[in-house]
Amino acid sequence: MRKISYCQALREAMFQEMERDPRVFVYGIGVPDHKGVFGSTLGLAEKFGKERCFDTPLAEDTMTGFGLGAAINGMRPIHIHIRVDFLLLAMNQLANMVSSYRYASAGKLKVPMVVRAVIGRGWGQGFQHSKSIYSVFAHIPGLKVVMPTTPGDAKGLLISAIRDDNPVIFIEHRWLYWQEDNVSAEPFTIPIGKANVLRKGKDITIVATSWMNVEAFKAAEILKRRDVSLEIIDPRTIAPLDDELMVESVNKTGYCIVADNDWLHCGFSAEVAARISEKCFGKLKYPVQRIGFAPSPCPTVRHMENEFYPNAVNIIRAVEKMLKLSPTDLSKEEFYSHEKRFKGPF
Amino acid sequence: MNSLNIELYKKLYLIRRAEEKIIECYNEDEMKTPMHMSMGEEAIAVGVCHALKKEDQVFGTYRSHAIFLAKTEDSDNFFAEMYGKATSPLKGKGGSMHLCAPNFGFMGTSAIVGSAISVAVGAAFANKRLKNGKIVAVFFGDGAVEEGAFWESLNVACLMKIPILFVCEDNGFAVHTPVHCRQGYKSITDIVFKFNCNVLKEESTDVEIIYDLSCRAIELIKSTQLPCFLHLKYYRYLEHVGINKDFDAGYRSEDEFNKWHKIDPIKLQRNKLIKEGYEEDEIRKMESRIDIQIKEAITKAKKAPFADKGELYKGLFG
Repeated sequence: MRKISYCQALREAMFQEMERDPRVFVYGIGVPDHKGVFGSTLGLAEKFGKERCFDTPLAEDTMTGFGLGAAINGMRPIHIHIRVDFLLLAMNQLANMVSSYRYASAGKLKVPMVVRAVIGRGWGQGFQHSKSIYSVFAHIPGLKVVMPTTPGDAKGLLISAIRDDNPVIFIEHRWLYWQEDNVSAEPFTIPIGKANVLRKGKDITIVATSWMNVEAFKAAEILKRRDVSLEIIDPRTIAPLDDELMVESVNKTGYCIVADNDWLHCGFSAEVAARISEKCFGKLKYPVQRIGFAPSPCPTVRHMENEFYPNAVNIIRAVEKMLKLSPTDLSKEEFYSHEKRFKGPF
Repeated sequence: MNSLNIELYKKLYLIRRAEEKIIECYNEDEMKTPMHMSMGEEAIAVGVCHALKKEDQVFGTYRSHAIFLAKTEDSDNFFAEMYGKATSPLKGKGGSMHLCAPNFGFMGTSAIVGSAISVAVGAAFANKRLKNGKIVAVFFGDGAVEEGAFWESLNVACLMKIPILFVCEDNGFAVHTPVHCRQGYKSITDIVFKFNCNVLKEESTDVEIIYDLSCRAIELIKSTQLPCFLHLKYYRYLEHVGINKDFDAGYRSEDEFNKWHKIDPIKLQRNKLIKEGYEEDEIRKMESRIDIQIKEAITKAKKAPFADKGELYKGLFG
C-alpha cells in the first residue's frame, strides 16, 4: 500500500484496465491534452496511443451515442466530461438510447460503457460549471450511477464500472481530487451497489454523498468533543441504491440527516428520506433532515457561493436542532476552503 | 434470366404483402402498436440491404418494416413482434417502432429522429477498430438531416474516417411538414459533398438501380476508407403514422401520389421479370409461396401467448 490521491487513483484504474483489456478506450473533449482532465488522464495517450485515448469534436450528444454504438459492438468505451453540466447536451442519448438499448434488444446487446463526469465547486465557477444533477441520471432505469468519495473507492469502483456490462455514470467531485489515502497498487474491484460505513457512531446517522462525506467527518470531529457520535454512511452508488446499511444505522440511532451535494427538491436526498421514512418509521425520533444546495443557480461571487454550498456547519447545526443542544461555538474552527489551492483559472 | 432480379423481387414482394396484411388486420385491434408504414420506399430498403452481407449491420428508424424484412426476411418474428407475443425475441417490448434482431445484423432503431445515426457511427468505429470488415448502414429520413445529431455524426465520421453508409430516404415530408418549410439550403448533397465524404444520389424507384448504386457506395467506402452519403428520393404512400391514405388532409395531392404510383417499385420489378422472360405462372407461384409464408406468420402470431407480465422487469441490466 502507498498513499495516492483520488486523481491518481482514477488514472491508475484506467491505466491498469487499458493494459488488461484492449477493448477499453478513453475519449472526450480535451482528454489527451496537456492538462488531462485535471490530471486524471495524463500519460494515457502516450502509453496507449491516439487510437485508444483521443480528443473529440464538441459533440457531446453524438459522442455519447458513438460510445453506445462501440459498446454494443464489443468495445468498452470510457467517455469523460470535465463538467457534468456538459452531459446535459448528451441527455437524449443517455435517456433515450443508452439506458434502454439492452432492454430493447432483449438482452442481446450489452452496453459496457462508462461516462465519467466531474462535479463540484472550484473557484467561482458560476452556474454552468457547478452542477451535480446525479439524481437526474439515477431517475432513469437502465443507468447505474456511482460516486466514490475515497481514493480507494475511486479506483475500485472505476475498475468495476469499466468491467461492468452496463452503462455506468461515474461522478467525481473536483475537491476530492486532492484527497490522499492508502490504496493498493494492484488492480482491485469494489462492487457497484454497495454502501459503506465510513465512520462508526451511535447517536445520529449521516447519509452523505461525495464531498459531503468530508464535511460530515469534520462535523463529527467537532461534535465528538460534545460527546455526540455521528455514524457516516456513504452510499457510493446511488443507482441501484443499497439502503440496507443506512436503514440498519437509522434503526440503531433513530436520527437521520442526509447531507447531499445537490439540490434538495426531487433530489437524491428526497429518495433517501423517503426510504428511511418507509423502512424506519417506528424507530425515528425526529423527522429526517436534509442538507444540500441552496434552491438557486450557483452564483460566482465568493460570499454568495459559500452561502450556496452546504458544509460541516450545516451538519453541526442540524444535529444540534435534532438533539436540542445549544449551539457549538465554531468561531475558532477552521473549515475546508480551497482558497489557497484555487488562484484561478479553476 | 437474371437471378439477382428475382431475389430482389422476392424481398420487395414480401415487404409489400406484409404491409398489405397489416392494413387488412389492423382494425381487428390486435396489433396495438403505432404503424409507420414503409409503402413506397421498398426499393431503397431492398436495394441497399441486398448489397450488404449477412454480417453487415443496419440501424433504422421508427419506419423500419421494410429494412427489417429486407435484412432479415424473418416474417415470423416480424409478426410475432407486431402482435406483441412471447414467440418474438423482443416479446413485444419493441413493437413496430423498435424492431431489433442483432443476429441478422439488424442492430436497432430509434423513434427519436436522428438519434440512431450517432450510435451507428460508434458501431462502425468499433468494426474498424476490430478489423472485422463489417459495413454499417444507417437509414434516416430527410427530417433527420435537420437534427444536430446528423451534423455531429457526419463530422465525426468524416473526421475519423469511419466506414459507414449514411442512407437518407427523402420523402419530402417530416410528418406533414414539407421540405421548403424546414430547410434553409438548396441541396443537402451539395453541402455533404463539402465534407470529406463520398456522396451519391438517385431518384429511381428501380430496385436494381439502387442495388447497383449501393454496391458502388460500399466499394467507395472500402477503397477511400471514408463514409458515403447516399441520398435517395421516394414517395410515402400512406399517412405519417397509420394505415390510411391522407390525400384529403390537404398538405399533399393525390396527383403527386399517382405520378409515383405509376413507377411503383414492386410493379416496376415485376414487369422487368416478365420482360426478362419469366412466365406469369412462375411469378404467381413464387408470390403465392410468400403469401402463404405471411399468412402462416400471422396465424402463428395470433395463436401465440403473451409473455408473462414479469417479463417487464427482465433484461434491463445483465
